[in-house]
Amino acid sequence: MRRHLLTTEELSRDDALLVLDTAERMARVAEASVRKLPTLRGRTVVNLFFEDSTRTRTSFEVAAKRLSADVINFSARGSSVSKGESLKDTAQTLEAMGADAVVCRHSASGAPHRLASWVRGSVVNAGDGTHEHPTQALLDAFTMRRRLGRIEGLRVTIVGDVLHSRVARSNIWLLATLGASVTVVAPPTLLPLGVSAWPVEVSYDLDAVLPKSDVVMMLRVQRERMSAAYFPTEREYSRRYGLDVDRAAILPEHALVMHPGPMVRGMEIASQVADSARSTVVEQVANGVSVRMAVLYLLLGGSGEVS
Amino acid sequence: MSTAGAGARAGKAWVLRRVRPLGGDPVDVLLADGVIASWRPGGSTGPDSEGLPPGTTILDTDGLILLPGLVDLHTHLREPGREDAETVGSGTRAAALGGFTTVFAMANTNPVADTAGVVEQVYRLGVDAGHCDVRPVGAVTVGLAGQRLAELGAMAGSAAGVRVFSDDGHCVSDALLMRRALEYVKAFDGVVAQHAEEPRLTENAQMNEGVVAARLGLSGWPAVAEEAIIARDALLAGHVDSRLHICHVSTAGSVEIIRWAKAKGWRVTAEVTPHHLLLTEDLVSSYDPVYKVNPPLRTADDVAALRAGLADGTIDCVATDHAPHAAEDKETEWAAARPGMLGLQTALSVVMETMVVGGRLDWAGVADRMALAPARIGGLPSPAVDAGGSVAVGAPATVTLLDPSPWQVVDPGALASRSRNTPYAGRSLPGAVRATFLRGRPTVLDGMIV
Repeated sequence: MRRHLLTTEELSRDDALLVLDTAERMARVAEASVRKLPTLRGRTVVNLFFEDSTRTRTSFEVAAKRLSADVINFSARGSSVSKGESLKDTAQTLEAMGADAVVCRHSASGAPHRLASWVRGSVVNAGDGTHEHPTQALLDAFTMRRRLGRIEGLRVTIVGDVLHSRVARSNIWLLATLGASVTVVAPPTLLPLGVSAWPVEVSYDLDAVLPKSDVVMMLRVQRERMSAAYFPTEREYSRRYGLDVDRAAILPEHALVMHPGPMVRGMEIASQVADSARSTVVEQVANGVSVRMAVLYLLLGGSGEVS
Repeated sequence: MSTAGAGARAGKAWVLRRVRPLGGDPVDVLLADGVIASWRPGGSTGPDSEGLPPGTTILDTDGLILLPGLVDLHTHLREPGREDAETVGSGTRAAALGGFTTVFAMANTNPVADTAGVVEQVYRLGVDAGHCDVRPVGAVTVGLAGQRLAELGAMAGSAAGVRVFSDDGHCVSDALLMRRALEYVKAFDGVVAQHAEEPRLTENAQMNEGVVAARLGLSGWPAVAEEAIIARDALLAGHVDSRLHICHVSTAGSVEIIRWAKAKGWRVTAEVTPHHLLLTEDLVSSYDPVYKVNPPLRTADDVAALRAGLADGTIDCVATDHAPHAAEDKETEWAAARPGMLGLQTALSVVMETMVVGGRLDWAGVADRMALAPARIGGLPSPAVDAGGSVAVGAPATVTLLDPSPWQVVDPGALASRSRNTPYAGRSLPGAVRATFLRGRPTVLDGMIV
């Protein structure tokens, strides 16, 4: 593994598989009676969140604690950051405190890259702007592999606001690396102009793509996109790109429905679909902990075998 | 070049021995009383030659290229307001070291240069610093707000004698206001220099829209936002028969539109920056805001079109858009950083690398694009060395001496600017300015400020 995990774009196939295999072993820890490993004892992991995200922060926190690391939650809200302290000052502060790993969530694309140039410890990108969210993609891949037994050759359809989605970007690179074929479906306004260079098929017709999908991944659509004229109304979006009960019925029997959360029920996904047997939404949360344990373990070179 | 014992008094006389005007045959040029006093066959002048004023210093300038003093139509000197990033003093030192003898200081200072008082202040700061001539650019609209015209006539009639007006950093996006500005400045042969950026199409824009932006998750600054304004303004300039100048052209499409407007006979001129001639958007992959600039770095195809446009004269001149920023405005995440790059001390070298080394421009072409054309657009008197390479006896001795042979690695810490935001750090560039003369007085000798 490299020192940082900033993108899946730069993640090699071997390293991606190493994370997934390690996560399998971590998952077994979660099933054991004592759900804690001593491997990162004495190491410090800082959760540096410039953007609110209780679920991602908690997931990293649980992961680090199960590996016996000391965890510091450094939230930008109410801290010196909101008083004008710069990202660089924060980095230097963390450096002085001796952080072994910094888990960074930031609203600006590339912020973890900048951070990585200012600290000695490992930086894990926990979501940067509209760029990447690598651990989400890894846990999605982990979930697919657990459910369907493989990733190579899977037909994965990603639906929604691809333009602003870091989850979509990380999934697209990782799935391409692992041999899946990806189709993105969105209104043309919510696809980047440069999508032609991505290893994906593009479609505007969800109904045509669903019957040929092994996995359909729904992205959250923020209501404020309407005011910027990306699409006319919530109802129209839902009609054309929402996964309602009728659409879910044309999926192959084995197909999975995934969502990175938080969901907008009734907009991009119907409640009945989100709660159906083919939905992996809750499982994704559990798998998130295993994958993040694996990432921290591999980056920090934890001592001792994981049995 | 040896200058042992050289003083820097005004009025002193200098011989440039075996200097090559625009790279031509060597001549000896006598600079005396602030003008080009005479020239003789190369190497014929010695200490005992006839006609030399007492105390004349003979400079061995063998192999150096004599250029007219360079003119930069687009410089941000940051004073008044951001003296931590640059002052008129530090910025004009950088200019002189880069071979410039005139810089046009952009209006986006604090307070904005939208009144006679502010432009006169900047003008006088330039006179006091003495490193090069400072010609203030006046704002088109009050406070650069794009709402109502600033007192353009008062600025034109002030001691600063403003002829170039620009809201640079902001586009005069209101079509009616732009039309009125273009018409109004005709009364004093002014020109409006437009920062072409359709504001709605570039809300929160971070870099060139395209493949790289899609990958990096940075919101796009589309080429059409520049091209649409250039097309509109060219049509307006044609309609009211006014002079329009386009700042920092950055796309292949813009070059095409300007070529079309010129073919119509409209009075449209344009500039390109050194960085848009050399650098591409791929550098943004580092997320290092030293590469953040407005308009943004574009694609290799755009770079090729800009070079071709500058070579064939569609783009009239090179302008640096020298934009110093304090470290705290650049050592940040990409979105929080201010756009802009240093340019004065590297401009001639970048033009050498992109235009001369590949044979797109000869030295006469460089003199035209970096001195004659910008002087013409900005309303300055004709320079001492004309496009034919002849040294005009009696013209002001405002010249630049370039050694074309060395390649030097750019060291940000060694630049004269107060800021360090050069995108060329660690890059090797050709050429070195050895001396700059402003009306017969050296501002730079041996590559150092006098």
